[in-house]
Amino acid sequence: MSLPAASMPLRVYVSRDASALALGADATARAIEAVARERGIAIDLVRTGSRGMFWLEPLVEVEVATNGASTRIGYGPVAARDVAGLFDAGFTRAGAHPARVGPVESLDWLARQDRLCFARVGVTDPLGIADYVAHGGFRGLRNALAMAPADIVKVVIDSGLRGRGGAAFPTGLKWKTVLDAPVTQPAAGPQPSKYVVCNADEGDSGTFSDRMLMEGDPLCLVEGMTIAGIAVGATQGYIYLRSEYPHARRALDAAIANAYAAGWLGADIRGSGRRFDLEVRIGAGAYICGEETSLLDSLEGKRGQVRFKPPLPAIKGLFGRPTVVNNVISLASVPLILERGAAYYRDYGVGRSRGTLPIQLAGNLKRTGLVEKAFGVTLRELLYDWGGGSYSGRPIRAVQVGGPLGAYLPESQFDTPLDYEAFASIGAMLGHGGIVAFDDSVDMAEQARHAMEFCAVESCGKCTPCRIGSTRGVEVLDRLRAGIDRERQLALLEDLCTTMRHASLCALGGLTPDPVTSALKHFREDFGISTPRE
Amino acid sequence: MGDTPSTHDSSPADGDMTLGQRAAVDAVLALHRGRPGALLPILHGIQDALGWVPPAALPSIARALDLGRAEVHGVVSFYHHFRSTPPGRHVVRLCRAEACQALGARALEAHVKQVLGIDWHGTTADGALTLEPVYCLGNCGCGPSLLVDDDGLHARVTPASFDALVAELRR
Repeated sequence: MSLPAASMPLRVYVSRDASALALGADATARAIEAVARERGIAIDLVRTGSRGMFWLEPLVEVEVATNGASTRIGYGPVAARDVAGLFDAGFTRAGAHPARVGPVESLDWLARQDRLCFARVGVTDPLGIADYVAHGGFRGLRNALAMAPADIVKVVIDSGLRGRGGAAFPTGLKWKTVLDAPVTQPAAGPQPSKYVVCNADEGDSGTFSDRMLMEGDPLCLVEGMTIAGIAVGATQGYIYLRSEYPHARRALDAAIANAYAAGWLGADIRGSGRRFDLEVRIGAGAYICGEETSLLDSLEGKRGQVRFKPPLPAIKGLFGRPTVVNNVISLASVPLILERGAAYYRDYGVGRSRGTLPIQLAGNLKRTGLVEKAFGVTLRELLYDWGGGSYSGRPIRAVQVGGPLGAYLPESQFDTPLDYEAFASIGAMLGHGGIVAFDDSVDMAEQARHAMEFCAVESCGKCTPCRIGSTRGVEVLDRLRAGIDRERQLALLEDLCTTMRHASLCALGGLTPDPVTSALKHFREDFGISTPRE
Repeated sequence: MGDTPSTHDSSPADGDMTLGQRAAVDAVLALHRGRPGALLPILHGIQDALGWVPPAALPSIARALDLGRAEVHGVVSFYHHFRSTPPGRHVVRLCRAEACQALGARALEAHVKQVLGIDWHGTTADGALTLEPVYCLGNCGCGPSLLVDDDGLHARVTPASFDALVAELRR
């Protein structure tokens, strides 16, 4: 890497990730430019994604040359009003200041992670093709362009990558099904015969890794989807993005336009003769559209209602054609796998959970953010070593992993390693890797009621156990919390949860009982029940 | 309106829109003509231009896509994002999901409703603000969160910072 010479403008980095903006990053960036101009200091301000250390945002990084290498020194959090003081302290020469945190990549919080998928997030200009290529971008796609489709699929199967959206189905097997799927209908006119759809409807509370990746390294998703298209023979891709993510939308639109301009998308990708077109479509505030068949109906312009399976989307998906539907992180993990090979990725992780998981620390924690780590790290390490304990300073009482349909876990289960099978064995799920911590002021009966209420609000209405069961669940929990005929309500609730679990059409109705029954099992005192059951 | 029971409604019942609204709807329909799965992009286009999807626009949307008016209505009413009534000057989306709950979103919600004097989906008497619930804004590390209009994301919202924000929005 070339060093910034003394006469070169000084490079300063500030995030434009949505969370950083919500914490004031734009005002900080404007202040840096204003003060630099005022003092006649030439700077090159680069807006990046976020490193994922939210307690330090807005984080300002300055590039300095030390011992023949360039290092980025961090200061954070830096509010706009702190900027003049930062210049006074000589931050452009990495000067001392109370907000100085030192070389960013040496911070324990970052240095102990395994940043494979998030290697560029917070480091590069998210929209620049040149910066992307300089940091290893498109190497995976270059390799894929020289391979037979079946060989690309084999690499992904061998990597052990499983769907990061939550269901953890092997990504390569899904691709193989689409590759092998015959196109049953005659291709009418210009309609593509197969599709790649990215599920970017990241609706689970406590999750934001898709958003951070799309804002911080959108070209990585573009590359992953293009590789998927080449592997299965699809020429059209759609990113179904939730409407709650306006910043991600702008980043994706700009990145896609830049990729077209540079020949990385379109009719003839870099002269290979292969075609792949890509477009962003926006959801409209329906949680259920994160379920893949609802998502497909929504993309087709319909109500986002769950389809019966079979047929699988891999056989009969978007507009009736074989379709790969993968989560953002699954697709964004593919470029590295194609660049470094299946073994490189598979060597991370434990058991049948291979590779890394971008874990999101959320809720009542001191140090929240993004921890990408090989599977096997324990919940306790994440909550205390990375998370630093609760934000409020009170004891952490309960943790919900895997979104609003995930089980609530008590302190006695904090030593569970993050591994799909280990979580399943305690009746929980890893899902999309979101961890929400609650302190001891939480009322777990209220949380259980919320789970049912959320299901009632977001049910697509197609199946009765979910549509009606969730409303009945709210009523039963209201009576239980009011202490009306407790034993009878408990029996009813158990019965209702069994029905929803086994008779719902999809995971929304099927998993809503998990937060309810886990809260009831581990936090009985909150339901007015003093004696342990069993 | 002279409704007929046909599936593909061709009644010209678009009369309840202003000329400006009519022009905006027509422009959006023209922009998305022939696009696969065009209904959601069309509804977004109309709401982005007008702030809501006037029910009077449904017949022309249905005609453009060769759908029944009931089908279009079914889609508009299915999605929380689409509005069938005009909003206030600003829309405030307050997060109700678990990560924000863990940081006091329930108390904030009570404060917001009390200060504004409205419930969910309501608009303040002065027409300044419409309050909508949202389940997650992806700002779960820095809650409680709210979103003002298209992209005004706010973190670590407290009752005091909310009051300051409202004063600013009303100015």
